[in-house]
Amino acid sequence: MARIAGIDLPKNKRGEIGLTYIFGIGRSTAQSILTQAGIDFNKKVQDWTDEELTAIRNIISESIKVEGQLRSEVQLNIKRLMDIGCYRGLRHRKGLPLRGQRTKNNSRTRKGKRKTVANKKKATK
Amino acid sequence: MARSIKKGPYIDHNVERKVSTMNDSGKKTVIKTWSRRSMISPDFVGHTFAVHNGNKFIPVYVTENMVGHKLGEFAPTRTFRGHSEKKR
Repeated sequence: MARIAGIDLPKNKRGEIGLTYIFGIGRSTAQSILTQAGIDFNKKVQDWTDEELTAIRNIISESIKVEGQLRSEVQLNIKRLMDIGCYRGLRHRKGLPLRGQRTKNNSRTRKGKRKTVANKKKATK
Repeated sequence: MARSIKKGPYIDHNVERKVSTMNDSGKKTVIKTWSRRSMISPDFVGHTFAVHNGNKFIPVYVTENMVGHKLGEFAPTRTFRGHSEKKR
């Protein structure tokens, strides 16, 4: 069981993919870590030796912001926007999209589940 | 798309001139401006701007965190007061 940055990596995936289970590491970051550590991308997570594991851990702890630290940084950035009261901050407060997308329909990711307004009167003759 | 770094930040000349004269004389008055497109530079910190939102002027007090944003971001142009309550 490989455990890096407080996350259990899936053991039968290729190293390149396994590393992306850590928040803050995507495909390209995973590849750069593995090349720096001198490990083949295709080597499974369970086949990593202890030295290789420590090498990976060192690289991550030294040069990359991951997991809790990264999450708190993102939250701080959002909080800054809300505190200075700029347009993006206001949109964050209201839970609406920030970058000028339409909100007449769609944008359900930001707005959450549909809130139906019941009993909308039909046009009477 | 973001503005090229080579060009540097865009600030309207009249805003820049007013701020620099105020900084030289050490006075502080509200600067009325229509230039929503001007980037807030570090010199602006501590001044108050009255930024036009198309209808009236919104007072914006510039703090250090606002550097790098545009003046217009702090003066919303739209009013939305929520949907009408259900009658009855």
